[in-house]
Amino acid sequence: MAPRPASETSKYARDVGKFPKKVSKAKNKRLQQGLKKVDQEYQEFVKSAEATDVLLQEEAGFLEADGPMERTMKFRQDDIVEAVDVGTANKKLDLQLTELGPYTLDFNRNGRKLLIGGKKGHVASMDWRLGKLGCELFLNETVNAVKYLHNDNFFAVAQKKYTFIYDGSGTELHRLKKHVELTLLDFLPYHFLLVSAGYSGMLRYHDVSTGALVSEIRTKLGPTQAMKQNPWNAVMHLGHGNGTVTMWTPSQKDPVVKIQSNRGPIRDLAVDREGKYMVVSGSDKRVKIWDLRKLQELDTYVIPTPARSVDISDRGLISVGWGPHVSVWKDAFKTHQDEPYMTHLLPSSKIEKIKYVPFEDVLGIGHMKGVGSMIVPGAGEANFDAMEINPYESAKQRQEQEVRTLLNKLSPDTIALDPNFIGMVDKKARNVRLNQTQIQDLEDEEKKEKERSSMNSGPSYKPEQTKLKKYLQKNNANIMDARRMRIERNLKLEEERKEKLKAKELEGEGEPDELLPALGRFA
Amino acid sequence: MKIKTISRSADTYVPARNTQESAMPRNLDPALHPFERAREYTKAVTATKLERMFARPFVGQLGDGHRDGVYCIAKNYKTTNQIASGSGDGIIKYWNMTSRQESLSFKAHYGMVTGLLITPRRGMLSCGDDKSIKLWSLECEDFGEEVDDLDVYRSNKSSQGLLKVFDGEHGFLGLDHHFTDDVFVTGGAAIQLWDMNRSNYVSNLSWGADNVSNVRFNKTETNILASCGSDNSIVLYDIRTNTPVQKVVTALRANDISWNPMEAFNFATGHDDHNAYLWDMRDLSKSLNIYKDHVSAVTSLDFSPTGQELVTGSYDKTIRIYRTREGHSRDIYHTKRMQRVFAVCFTTDSRYILSGSDDANVRLWRANASEKSNVKSAREQAKLNYDNKLKERYKYMPEVRRIARHRHLPIVVKKALQIKRVELESLKKREENNRRNTREGSVPRVPEKEKHIRGTAIKE
Repeated sequence: MAPRPASETSKYARDVGKFPKKVSKAKNKRLQQGLKKVDQEYQEFVKSAEATDVLLQEEAGFLEADGPMERTMKFRQDDIVEAVDVGTANKKLDLQLTELGPYTLDFNRNGRKLLIGGKKGHVASMDWRLGKLGCELFLNETVNAVKYLHNDNFFAVAQKKYTFIYDGSGTELHRLKKHVELTLLDFLPYHFLLVSAGYSGMLRYHDVSTGALVSEIRTKLGPTQAMKQNPWNAVMHLGHGNGTVTMWTPSQKDPVVKIQSNRGPIRDLAVDREGKYMVVSGSDKRVKIWDLRKLQELDTYVIPTPARSVDISDRGLISVGWGPHVSVWKDAFKTHQDEPYMTHLLPSSKIEKIKYVPFEDVLGIGHMKGVGSMIVPGAGEANFDAMEINPYESAKQRQEQEVRTLLNKLSPDTIALDPNFIGMVDKKARNVRLNQTQIQDLEDEEKKEKERSSMNSGPSYKPEQTKLKKYLQKNNANIMDARRMRIERNLKLEEERKEKLKAKELEGEGEPDELLPALGRFA
Repeated sequence: MKIKTISRSADTYVPARNTQESAMPRNLDPALHPFERAREYTKAVTATKLERMFARPFVGQLGDGHRDGVYCIAKNYKTTNQIASGSGDGIIKYWNMTSRQESLSFKAHYGMVTGLLITPRRGMLSCGDDKSIKLWSLECEDFGEEVDDLDVYRSNKSSQGLLKVFDGEHGFLGLDHHFTDDVFVTGGAAIQLWDMNRSNYVSNLSWGADNVSNVRFNKTETNILASCGSDNSIVLYDIRTNTPVQKVVTALRANDISWNPMEAFNFATGHDDHNAYLWDMRDLSKSLNIYKDHVSAVTSLDFSPTGQELVTGSYDKTIRIYRTREGHSRDIYHTKRMQRVFAVCFTTDSRYILSGSDDANVRLWRANASEKSNVKSAREQAKLNYDNKLKERYKYMPEVRRIARHRHLPIVVKKALQIKRVELESLKKREENNRRNTREGSVPRVPEKEKHIRGTAIKE
């Protein structure tokens, strides 16, 4: 079923490097023909997909310096606003909200709407380009995180205790009782899962289309410091206080991957849209770039103060918010960069959250004194796919899209590190690894085992704990007194004795007496 | 400073008037389309579910049916919407499937109608237990007055529409016509070849003495015909030499034969052992395929005009549809009121199936349970094609397969299937035990495709 790549350079090629280039001759003629046909169809698809490149209407932005004396990082936003066209210049945003900050922010999936959340209870949803306010809420309660759901008609706000869902006009729709004391929210749009983490170290997946709590996982790593989704495979990346980054799927109780990334708590992390790279910032003032395919560290950048927020744009620009500064790095996944691509300073403020606007060359900045934006040429994807996400959709189209995405809602089980595992042969499965007779043998053995266990099945008792052990457990303080020392010694002796007994037993089992018991005593 | 940013003009994307279509630019870059496989799979599951949800195979019955069980159905190869049916009380009816009403009916025979066909040129030919073969007109100018339903059942000896009567020496079983020539063949105590212009049969093709229960001409290789008889034999004849050619004897009796219209050398037979078999007429020492799943004798079967599918009717009151290359049915049709099925056939456009059963009704079914019969718009058709491709692509996924295979079965059939499975298993076990406890090689393994064959013979 799975096709093989035509040319490995094409961006339309699928499953690159997974299949041998030449198909070995299948025994079955019909199967051989079928494989050939699938191959041909695939080649044709790649070719015709490449041919659609000429139809793309827009071009990506760029920023270049004139001559060796100019450096792009020295360009100030004011100069850039003067140089660009009016349409882009209008996208420069600066909201002075000094009262209720610092502000976190979120854009909806097509980048038209902006949701801001002030720590002291100010939440507002707006069309940021037209400057039209959708709703504004003063909650008189701490706001930790805000997140748009599948479109701008719903958003979730993590407040002091509970998490609430509001609609576009600011009406409270739900109070999520299960989601308490959260600091981080994320939404998986294809699975309709609201993901939350916070002080308690619990990771919760909540299906917002049915209202069911899908999964509740204890991370066992203390309060979660940072959380972002991998947009390519919907695996959640969590950063923890001990500098580890863990990756989670709703179906597994343990992390699928655990990385020791930084020395010291993780501040923030970000994953690029194809799930290839991850950027992690830690309190050790280091920003690390990881290759998620090999799970290898690619690069480290040192910055003067710990980065509060990082984000990766659609075209692979890394932006890092530290103190009052924003630095943007270009091509950092390819080679180490000596200096940033762009920088920006917000005097006497502190960055809280930065986030790229989808399909735009704009970076949204939430900081201590309000919300602003920064023009970053070359950041956004120029050509959107209207069948997927359409920034220019009408109300009717939005409604239809909502229905369509709900119909095609993915099950939480489809989340895995490799999103293309569906329809593939599981090479570890028993019926793939073994042949028929081996499977039969195994099954027989299992059957026997089951019978055996059912024969001597009784209530299972916990092995009795010795009094010595109990004492030690109870008084586990690090105080060494005479009694404790004596007990420990006795315990050790007892264990040794037990081990000896066991060894003796095993020996007896292992080597049958060659001379029968009658003659054994003469040996 | 050289600078350029993305600057889209809303004018290109937002329609100026609301009657205009909005632009829908595409970008096929896989980076913009995550979860490709999962989304396709979800769509495939939905498509499979919808297919099962919309599965309404039963279209309706033809008119008010007969007054006795329907034992033969004949199709008119010249049209797609005309068929004939014959019942146990000697009545034959000619139906128009478009209006689902009868256009003609005749009191043809005393006792059962055992064979019925529509000749390429002359009309309808029927044979019965009463030792006669009758040719009936289908042209409206041959009928003087209107005859209503009651008149048919009243045994007034009206011979309206009767063109010709052939008198035989014995009751007939089975009847078939040459595809082009004016020649037909009858079964019964002997297998006889008749010429339409003569009143007596031309030749007797019998090989062996037993009753022939069914005969079928090959519609492609038109001079070949096959018969099945009560001595469990299937015999092939060639009318160019007027002789039988070869014979195979099976374990249990064959009830019906159907030639594959696309592969002229293949034919299928429905047997009393609950199975249908596919044969290659060049080599009868083994069958090509076995169609299992029925829980009672297969009484009738017919190939679709495409040769890709086979429909079987059974004594277990169900109809099953098989793909020619597969061994198990792809669909099963049944209704609460349908009794033992004795005649099934595909219509000549292969989109519908007709069944005649003991409960005196002729039923019309869709060959594809969930297909809508209407004309489809291009968009609808494109969606259907896409869904079919998805279903094809993900058909091996457990969830998709489970949904696609799920059928509601009558409790009797379900129970019988379970019992049959146990029986077959224990038979197999017994054979294995036997094999283990005898000298090696004394109980040879017989391939499943040869098990039912008792012997073959070729006529010198």
